[in-house]
Amino acid sequence: MKLNWQFILDSLPLYRDAAWITLKLGFWGILFSLAIGLICSIAQYFRVKLLRSIVQVYIELSRNTPLLIQLFFLYFGLTKLGIALSENTCAIIGLSFLGGSYMAEAFRSGLEAVSRSQIESGLSIGLSRAQLVRYVILPQAFSVGIPSIGANCIFLLKETSIVGAIAVVDLMNVTKDLIGMYYQTFEALFMLVAVYLIMILPLSIFLTWLERKARYAEFGNQGSV
Amino acid sequence: MEQIGVLIVNRKTNEVLLEVEGLHKKYDGITVLEDINLSINKGEVVVILGPSGCGKSTLLRCLNGLEKIQGGDIRFHGKSIVSKDVNWQEIRQRIGMVFQNYELFPHMTVIENIILGPVKVQKRNKSEVLEQARQLLDRVGLLDRQNSYPRQLSGGQKQRIAIVRALCMNPEIMLFDEVTASLDPEMVREVLDVILGLAKQGITMLIVTHEMSFARAVADRIVFIDEAKICEITDSHEFFTKPKTERAQHFLNIFQY
Amino acid sequence: MQSLGIRVLFNVKNIRRLLEGLMVTARIAFISILIGSLLGVVLGVIWTAKRKWIRSICRIYLEMFRIIPIFVWLFVMYFGGTTALNVDLSGETVSIIVFTLWGTAEMGDIVRGALKSLPQHQVESGKAIGLGFWELYRYILIPQAVRRMLPGAINLATRMIKTTSLVVLIGVIDVIKVGQQIIEYSRIEIPTASFWVYGFVFILYFAVCYPLSKLSRMLENKWNR
Repeated sequence: MKLNWQFILDSLPLYRDAAWITLKLGFWGILFSLAIGLICSIAQYFRVKLLRSIVQVYIELSRNTPLLIQLFFLYFGLTKLGIALSENTCAIIGLSFLGGSYMAEAFRSGLEAVSRSQIESGLSIGLSRAQLVRYVILPQAFSVGIPSIGANCIFLLKETSIVGAIAVVDLMNVTKDLIGMYYQTFEALFMLVAVYLIMILPLSIFLTWLERKARYAEFGNQGSV
Repeated sequence: MEQIGVLIVNRKTNEVLLEVEGLHKKYDGITVLEDINLSINKGEVVVILGPSGCGKSTLLRCLNGLEKIQGGDIRFHGKSIVSKDVNWQEIRQRIGMVFQNYELFPHMTVIENIILGPVKVQKRNKSEVLEQARQLLDRVGLLDRQNSYPRQLSGGQKQRIAIVRALCMNPEIMLFDEVTASLDPEMVREVLDVILGLAKQGITMLIVTHEMSFARAVADRIVFIDEAKICEITDSHEFFTKPKTERAQHFLNIFQY
Repeated sequence: MQSLGIRVLFNVKNIRRLLEGLMVTARIAFISILIGSLLGVVLGVIWTAKRKWIRSICRIYLEMFRIIPIFVWLFVMYFGGTTALNVDLSGETVSIIVFTLWGTAEMGDIVRGALKSLPQHQVESGKAIGLGFWELYRYILIPQAVRRMLPGAINLATRMIKTTSLVVLIGVIDVIKVGQQIIEYSRIEIPTASFWVYGFVFILYFAVCYPLSKLSRMLENKWNR
């Protein structure tokens, strides 16, 4: 099996553009997921009455259905009801809808790891509820949640591979086109795998490192001295 | 000893700071505190003694609004602080509390832990707070650890920092909840010395502890609680030499070999 | 018009076809979960080996699926595999191969984690009564590990079922493809068909995955506390 390197070289700009789109969608998706997840987890943590039930329903719906169906429903289904969204918007909404519930779970496990006595300690120096959340609860919850939050980021970036199904010109579609037009199957597939490796491998290594660091730096041997 | 005695006499006043009247506290129907009556004057050091599980810590937590009470009244400067619309956030700035397990914030350095309340809650000038924080740290011998994280400190050091954190709010009274109970024996002394120093400065304190000789050295009055009730409130010296109640006598005997 | 759109679902023929499509999806999921779990147990046992290179190989095998999206693997196998082996692999075969390989990797990790979480003295006391390697695993370790790994394994199954939605993108006539066909030929008659059909598929997936994730969480709460 010999690869046609000239072809690979020529196809580089196509893959670069597609990777850029993937990263862009992934970035916004992750950002909104974090925001949604934060709101949801706070609603659950503080048992905000109505919101909490809505969040529960949302999390179950989001976690127990595939992204592809969510996207099809958004892109094709809603259009028919008069809500027309561009494919990029759809992709970001879909990713955020999916990722929000995963982030919510990550934050929630972090929030639950903050002990009651830490909260009392914050209260005893007169912190208001908002200050307590801002200075005591969230930073600690975040450290505990980092591994899952990081895993979720990778998960979402990987899930962007699906947005090609709703006509986003992403890596999958570029690959498919190249195979269809030029029959350079191996070259196209090689590039596809390579680009994903380049995007996700460093992130994965970084998060493993961060996880180890977060564990040792913040809570390692806490209380054992 | 004499000199300290003079100081102690001088710092006591007749101004009532904190008053508890007929306090009742229940957990799931079980009474943990019953008809508690107590008043603390400004400048006074009161130590609460009693067997484990008698409700001493709960009483302290009630005074800082960490527990709801089922009956009675708590007054701070003569004003009731038990009704619903009491601004606990404001009162807690004036009633400092130190916990058994230090409860420093693990994600902040020592100095950040200390200035959080004064800067964010009391909105005081940061450089002024920093200066006070460093003075206090110096006094407890930990100025060189100001940029450390709690996990890098020993238990005794953490507890001294926790005391500084409460002090830096300039509270009118300090509550100490078994602050040496989690410490290794060799670290107890360094913490107790700090508290003793505060007593000499005339800071009003309410202390729950199991350290008998410390209680004797620091207290003006002893409150002895057993089975959810106050058995006696006695002058420190008198309590340790001739307690009024049999229960207290029995309790003191346990600590003697 | 929207209230009329739902009649696309009251058509017996449509529903029958959708369920036929669902059977294809279910078949792919069932076969790969079954084989993947069995091979995963074997992999998990191998993974606990003392030799470092064995563990490294297992790790790299898992990371391949953790870093490269499953959809990319489907693509590589579908286009690349067919060309390289010069055989015409059907989309369904490719799906089963990829899902099985993936399931094996993830299951292997779950089994390894469960085995490693068992106290060392269990191994030692097993050896002390003269058990050989296989007896040790067969009678002592695996039965104890099952409890610890079951919630994770059920979770994995849910994930695999959700991911089967991707097979439509490599030409398998699954429930989504059937849905698309129905939408296509009722386009003029029922313009809002896509809303109802995708909504229906959405609910179908939810109906399968929700009870599974509930079960997993229940077991986790019951056994891990």
